[in-house]
Amino acid sequence: MTTRSSFPGGVHPAAHKALAAEAATEVLPTPDEIHVPLVQHLGAPCKPGVEPRAEVALGDELGNSDAFVSAPIHASISGTVGKLTAVTLPNGCRVRAIPVKASDEQPLSGQDLFDDIFGGPWPTGRFEQYEPKQIVDACRAGGLVGLGGAAFPTHVKLVRNEKRPIDTLLINGCECEPYLTADDRLMVEAPAPVVTGALLAQRATGAESVKICIEDNKPKALESLRRVAGAAGVEVLAVKTKYPQGGERQLVAAVLKREVPIGGLPLDVGAVVVNVGTAAALARAVLRGKPLTHRIVTVTGAGIRRPRNLLVPIGAAYRLLIDYCGGVTEDAARIVSGGPMMGFTLGNLDTPVTKGTSGVTVLTHDEVRKAKETACVRCGRCVDVCPVHLVPTKIALASKAGDLDLAQRYCIAGCIECGCCAYVCPASVPLVQLIRLGKVLLQKAASAKKN
Amino acid sequence: MTDQIQVATSPHVSMTSLSTRRMMIDVMVGLAPATAMAVFMFRWYAVVQVGLCILSCMAAEALFCWMRRRPIPVGDCSAPVTGLILGLSLPWSAPWHIAVIGSFAAMGLGKAVFGGLGYNIFNPAMVGRAFVMLSFAKAMGASAFVGTKSGLAVIAQATPLTVAKKFAADLSVGKVITGDLQLQMEAASDLWPLFVGQVNGCLGETSALALLVGGVYLCLRRSASWEIPAGIIISALVVSGLANWAGLTPFTALHHLIGGSLLFGAFFIATDPVTSPLTPKGKFYFGIGVGILVVLLRLFSGYPEGVMFAVLLMNAVTPVINRRTIPRPLGGGGPEMGRG
Repeated sequence: MTTRSSFPGGVHPAAHKALAAEAATEVLPTPDEIHVPLVQHLGAPCKPGVEPRAEVALGDELGNSDAFVSAPIHASISGTVGKLTAVTLPNGCRVRAIPVKASDEQPLSGQDLFDDIFGGPWPTGRFEQYEPKQIVDACRAGGLVGLGGAAFPTHVKLVRNEKRPIDTLLINGCECEPYLTADDRLMVEAPAPVVTGALLAQRATGAESVKICIEDNKPKALESLRRVAGAAGVEVLAVKTKYPQGGERQLVAAVLKREVPIGGLPLDVGAVVVNVGTAAALARAVLRGKPLTHRIVTVTGAGIRRPRNLLVPIGAAYRLLIDYCGGVTEDAARIVSGGPMMGFTLGNLDTPVTKGTSGVTVLTHDEVRKAKETACVRCGRCVDVCPVHLVPTKIALASKAGDLDLAQRYCIAGCIECGCCAYVCPASVPLVQLIRLGKVLLQKAASAKKN
Repeated sequence: MTDQIQVATSPHVSMTSLSTRRMMIDVMVGLAPATAMAVFMFRWYAVVQVGLCILSCMAAEALFCWMRRRPIPVGDCSAPVTGLILGLSLPWSAPWHIAVIGSFAAMGLGKAVFGGLGYNIFNPAMVGRAFVMLSFAKAMGASAFVGTKSGLAVIAQATPLTVAKKFAADLSVGKVITGDLQLQMEAASDLWPLFVGQVNGCLGETSALALLVGGVYLCLRRSASWEIPAGIIISALVVSGLANWAGLTPFTALHHLIGGSLLFGAFFIATDPVTSPLTPKGKFYFGIGVGILVVLLRLFSGYPEGVMFAVLLMNAVTPVINRRTIPRPLGGGGPEMGRG
């Protein structure tokens, strides 16, 4: 039940999980107002489906799209719809958002809300009473996207394709980013919906086997899931703790020894990877017809006064989460949406939490301090740790020089921006930043060619 | 608080234990045993030679940076490392101007002309050494090592590789080996003094034991890539073993390994990250190339030792090795990727 096999490369940054790992999930008090962005996923943006001044209830659809690769959005509180506004998401995208002002009467709050979302009963079995399409449709209707961070619409992954049969379903509970503990808490506090969701996803994809993969630094989550999953006949696998073990490609490489082609998806090699949080939301969407309206967010870091895990309505401002956790300390330097390896810094705390928000990490000046940047000394450490087997320094320097041919020869498209290279670089070269620059230049060159 | 909140791209944390400066300091720590051994064997001569090279290299770096209107990079500690390696690769008897000229050539021709640390193609210390070796052939040649000074017993003998070279040369032309040379050869073949360093040679190269201790430290710290010394040691053992079997050299593979500056070069010179390949496979190939060249130069060139030229030659082909050893990305490209 343990696999020592792993993906190539990777790093072992200090985990700092203890800050919030023992803090039981608390429910954020219902905010006065939320802003629900029309794009929270990879794919087409939603069109607003409600008019200003309309009354909406918790779980009502606010917007949808006709595109296949998209996911509808829902009201995470009851209240009155406001005028369409624009918000800037942590990744820098400026998108439109629907504001909802909370009404005085909220159907659910506090522990009742938690129990409604995660409380049992959660049946197990082969779920043959559900047609695969029924499950996929319920995912779409529920607005399910990957909760691990990439926010890829879940129904796209689960839909059956005769040409590409799926043999293995991996439920991703690795949570390899330092600091974050949201998935860990979910697995400890509510393992049952995760297992039920896994079985439903298995039914949808027709996968022969389903494996729940958890990094071996989370013994409590492993024990909790083994207790529930054992009875349901689902395998729970302890995988090596190494960043970025939770990356789809890395997990598939580690567990199944298969290489997901660059530019492809795990389904190209017969696998589907679903985050544990997504699995739990899937169970709720299919069995109870309830959409994705809340998620667990870790608010943590040495720069936050009282680190904890919160159940948050999607669309709530980051400021509310930080204030609930006592605010930031004097020496706070960066407020990061997500973890320190791949997260985006927040410039504006009124930014709303989206479906892909796994945490807020507040880092102190000491933590973000770097050694002085020198020229690359070509030591090759970045090559040693790259989980995709790239030569990061060559790609980064080619990007910096604007030599896009060279960057492509070194396969810039394969970079997953995990940050391992920049983490180890003794010369403190901003490798990931330069590679991102190269990708942008390539996109510009491609669109210029088209015109 | 908001005025000090930063916006930056990921990753937001880094491994602070690792820096260019730290890698350079590691090289100095790794060379400490060999330096101590040099001082023990060659006394005051080693102190002066190494000290002079370190100071000259630092002065040269300051001068060249000032000329290029660049800030003087005192912090990265790369100049003293070059000086230390250069100093340890000189004979005890080299006059002071050789150390100074070698240092300036190392920092100027070896480094500054290419744009400073990270951009140089050739190992700076070896560029400096090659410069003085070609300019002052006599003061750097085999005869320079032999002398008589009270308290320095080892310098009465020629270096082991010089003895072996003369022995092989005499044999190949059918000359009768004199009793004196026979005795020298027997003394030079004694493994224990060769291993601990009680032999004549360049200041830092004599003690295989000290170099191994420091070299293993450097590899464990990963400030040097183990693939390079591994490649050098394996290929040098194989080629010298074959040469010994073919009668081309009186020394066995083990003598070739622990004699001369092979280990010094393997752990401290060839491992210079800037001038060696990037990928693990490339590093290993680089090491194999250096090892083969060292033995070939020892056997067939006019010099008894070949580490310096072997490293410089392989430095020149490093870009080619880099291009030929681009790893296949996970989930990408066939073998055609990486050609070019």
